[in-house]
Amino acid sequence: MSEPRVGVYVCHCGHNIASAVDVEHVAEWAYKLPFVTIARDNKFMCASTGQEQIEQDVKEHDLTHVVVASCSPHMHEKTFRNACARCGMNPYLFEMANIREHASWVHPNDRDGATNKAKALVSAAVHRVIHHQPLEPMQVNIRPETLVVGGGIAGIQAALEIADAGHHVYMVEREPSIGGHMAMFDKTFPTLDCSACILTPKMFDVGSHPHITLLTYSEVEQVDGYVGNFSVRVRKKARRVDEDLCTGCGSCWEKCPIKVLDTVFEAGLGYRKAIYRPFPQAVPKYPVIDTENCTYYKTGKCRMCEKVCQTNAIRFDAEDEILNIEVGNIVLATGYKLFDCRRIPQYGYGRLENVFTSLEFERLTNAAGPTDGKVVLRDGETVPETVAIIHCVGSRDKHYNSHCSAICCMSSLKFAHLVKEKTGAKVYNFYIDMRPISKGYEEFYHRLLHEGTTFIRGKVSEITDAAHSPEEEGKLVVICEDTLVGKQRRVPVDMVLLAAGLEPRADSSEVGHLFGVSCGDTGFFIERHPKLDPVATMTEGVFIAGACQGAKDIPDSVAQGAAAAARILSTISKGQVILEPIRASIDESRCSGCRICNNMCPYNAIDFVEDLAVSRVNPALCKGCGTCVAACPSQIITGAHFTFDQLMAEIDGIMVDVTADDPFAVEAV
Amino acid sequence: MIENGTFKPVIVGFLCNWCSYRAADLAGTSRMGYPSTLRDIRIMCTGRLDPTFVLRALQKGADGVLIMGCHPGQCHYQAGNYKAIRRFALLKRTLRQLGLEEERVQLHWASAAEGVQFAETVARMTEQIKALGPLDWSHNWPNEDPYAVEEATE
Ligand SMILES: Cc1cc2nc3c(=O)[nH]c(=O)nc-3n(C[C@H](O)[C@H](O)[C@H](O)COP(=O)(O)OP(=O)(O)OC[C@H]3O[C@@H](n4cnc5c(N)ncnc54)[C@H](O)[C@@H]3O)c2cc1C
Ligand code: FES
Repeated sequence: MSEPRVGVYVCHCGHNIASAVDVEHVAEWAYKLPFVTIARDNKFMCASTGQEQIEQDVKEHDLTHVVVASCSPHMHEKTFRNACARCGMNPYLFEMANIREHASWVHPNDRDGATNKAKALVSAAVHRVIHHQPLEPMQVNIRPETLVVGGGIAGIQAALEIADAGHHVYMVEREPSIGGHMAMFDKTFPTLDCSACILTPKMFDVGSHPHITLLTYSEVEQVDGYVGNFSVRVRKKARRVDEDLCTGCGSCWEKCPIKVLDTVFEAGLGYRKAIYRPFPQAVPKYPVIDTENCTYYKTGKCRMCEKVCQTNAIRFDAEDEILNIEVGNIVLATGYKLFDCRRIPQYGYGRLENVFTSLEFERLTNAAGPTDGKVVLRDGETVPETVAIIHCVGSRDKHYNSHCSAICCMSSLKFAHLVKEKTGAKVYNFYIDMRPISKGYEEFYHRLLHEGTTFIRGKVSEITDAAHSPEEEGKLVVICEDTLVGKQRRVPVDMVLLAAGLEPRADSSEVGHLFGVSCGDTGFFIERHPKLDPVATMTEGVFIAGACQGAKDIPDSVAQGAAAAARILSTISKGQVILEPIRASIDESRCSGCRICNNMCPYNAIDFVEDLAVSRVNPALCKGCGTCVAACPSQIITGAHFTFDQLMAEIDGIMVDVTADDPFAVEAV
Repeated sequence: MIENGTFKPVIVGFLCNWCSYRAADLAGTSRMGYPSTLRDIRIMCTGRLDPTFVLRALQKGADGVLIMGCHPGQCHYQAGNYKAIRRFALLKRTLRQLGLEEERVQLHWASAAEGVQFAETVARMTEQIKALGPLDWSHNWPNEDPYAVEEATE
C-alpha cells in the first residue's frame, strides 16, 4: 500500500478559536507531523469555502486522510465527513480534533496552554487517522410505525400529524384518558379560549383515527433495537372493563358506592368513584376500576357495577396484557409535574386552608370542576373578596428550581382575570419580574393592568394567619418587600393562589434511561442541540416534544409535537436510515471460544456458534459500545473506528511533545 | 511536563462519547475555565477502556490519567460503566503494587449536563498531581524495578 497522505485543517472559527490558540502556529507545526502532506489554517472550516478547500486538496494533492481541528465532533463531524465523501473519499478516513470546546473556550487566558493542547489534540488525530479503515455505513429500512409516549397536547399533535400522513401510530398513555394537563384547564391564555373546546376534538380524532392504536392506562416496560427497528414491550394495565362491550353509559360509576379523593385530575379538590372515568370528555370513554379502593377487591363483595352494567362489560378477573410492538421511531411527550408547594413551608400550603395551588385553581374555575366553576374558598361556599396570586413559586429560586417555568406569569395573569370576572374580588399579583414574552402575551398583560389588578413587585417572604391588626383578623396575610416602593408590606387577603413551577416528571430519569435519553441539570430531557436540533436526542430515532424537554406553554408544545412528527415523516418517506458502522466484529479464525464476551454484551448481540466453537457478533444488534472489545483476552474483537491500533496511536500522538523516546520528534520534514 | 521552570502535569483523559465528552463540550460552550492539563481522548463508552490504554499513557509520560463516564445506571449502553468500575478496580490494584500513587489514575462520572463538575474534576486532579510532582514513569520506573532479577551470567 502506498504511504498515507494526510491533510490537516486548523480552523480559526472567527475569533472563537484564534483568540486563545495560535492557529497559524498549530498548522505550521502540524505540517511536520508524520505523513502530513498539507496543513492549512482557515477562518471558517465549516463554511462552504472551507469545505471546498478540503475537496480541492483531496483532488490536487491526492490526500488519503483528512483531519480538521475545529469544534466538537458532535457539532460538525457529519459536515466534514460529507465533504470528504463528496470528493470520493471514504468519510471514515476523516478525524476531528476538538480545539474549541476542549481548548480555546476553556483556556481563554492561557494562550500557551491552549495552543499546546491544540497541538497535542491535532497530533493525536493525525496519528490516529492513518490507522482508519474505510467503513461502509449500514443502511437499514425504517419501519413506518411510530410510538408516541404520553398523550398530552404535545403527544396528541405529533400522533395526529403522523397518522394524518397515513402512517400508523401507537400512542401509549399512562392515565386512563389522554389529554394531559390541558384537559384540566378551563380557559387558556392569552386568548382565553375554552381549553376543552380546542382540545376535545383533537382527543376525539386520536381515539377514532384509523391509523392510531390508542393504548391508555398503559406503560412502556422495555425498548430494544435501534432507529428504524425498535421492539417495544407495553404493559396494558387491566381496566377490568371490556372495551368491546362498554358503551360508556355511566351507570356503573353513578351507582358505585365508593367515593375516592381524586388527586390526579381534580388536583385533590374533587371526588371520583372507585370505578371511574377521569372526566366527561375522556378518550377513550371507558371507565377503569381502581382496585385499591374498590370494595370487591377488599372484601369480595359489592359487585354493584357488575349488577347495573347492561352490556355485562365488567371483568373483575381481567389481567394486565403485555403487547409487543415494532416501531421505527419514538416520540417522548411525557410532560411535566407541578412543583410541590409544601416544600416552601412559609407559604403555608397544606397548613393554611385557603392557600391553593395553580392546578387547584384551574379545577375551581372549570365549569366541569368540583365547584361547577365557582371560585370559592375551601369551605365550598364563601366567595373571596380579596385574592393574592404569587408568581414564581418554586421557580427561579436556587433552593428549589433555578429555571424559569415560562408559563407562570401568564397563568397568573389568566387567574387574575378569571377571579375578577367571576367574583369581582380585589386581586393582587406578587411578581419578581413580569415575563410575558410570546405573541399576544404583552398585550394580555396590558389588558390586566387596565382591568385594575394590583401588581406588587417583590418576592413574598411569608404567608401567615397571625394577625397584627384588626383588619388582618381572620385573613391570610401576604408579607413581602415591595421593591418598587422600597418598603415591607402586609397585605391581608381571603385566598392565596400559588403559581407553582413546572418540574420534570418524578420518573423522568428512569423513563429517559429506558429510551436512551439523558436528563439535563434541571431534570428535563436533553435535546441533541439546544438551538439547532431541539426535538431530536442523542439516540437516533428517539425524539422529545412538549414540556418533558423543558417548561413551556401549549403553543410551544404543539410546535414541538409537530416538529418531531415532521422529522419522523421525513425518515419514513426516505424509507431507510444510515447507521454508523461502529460495530464489533470477531476474527473467528483466532477466536478461542472462551465465551467471555458473550455475557459482556448488554444487547445479547454475541452468539456462540457451537459447531465452530467460536463467538460471532450479530451486527444488527450490536450498538458499538466496545465493552466486548476491551474484554477479549485474545484481543481479536475489533471495534470498528475505535480499534486497538487507532486508540494506541491516538495516545502516542497526544503525548508527542512529552514522550522522550518519541520516534517522530526529530523526523521533522 | 516542565514549562517555564515549573511543573505542569500532563493528564490523559478518556471520556465516553455520551455523557462526559458532552460535559466537556458543555464546559466549553459555557466557558467554564479549567487548567490546560487535560488532553482528552473520546471513546464510545467507558466499557471500551482497555486497561492497556492507561498503561500506555503512563508509559508515554502522562503524570495522570482521568477516566470519565456516565453516572452508574446512566450508561448509554446500559452497563458499560459497571464493567469499567470492575476493570478499574483491578487496574488500580496492579498500579498500587507498582507503587503508583492513588491520585494518578482516577475514575469519575459526569452527566452531559455537568459541565461544572467536569471542570472542577480536572481542576482538582491537576492540583493533586501538582502536589505529587512529575511521574516520568518511563524513565524512573525501570531503574528502580523492585522485582528486578539479577542478570544471569553465563
Ligand atoms: C396551572 C397551569 C395553567 C396553565 N395554563 C396554560 C394556558 O392557559 N395556556 C398555555 O399555553 N399553557 C398553559 N399551561 C402550560 C401547559 O399545561 C403545558 O404547556 C402543556 O400541558 C404541555 O403539554 P405536554 O403534552 O407536553 O405535557 P402534559 O400535559 O403534562 O402531558 C403529558 C402526558 O404524558 C403522560 N405520561 C407521562 N409520563 C408517561 C409515561 N411514562 N408513559 C406514558 N404516559 C406518560 C401523562 O399522563 C400526560 O397525559 C399551564 C400550566 C399550568 C401548571
Ligand atoms: S456511554 Fe458513558 S459510560 Fe457507557
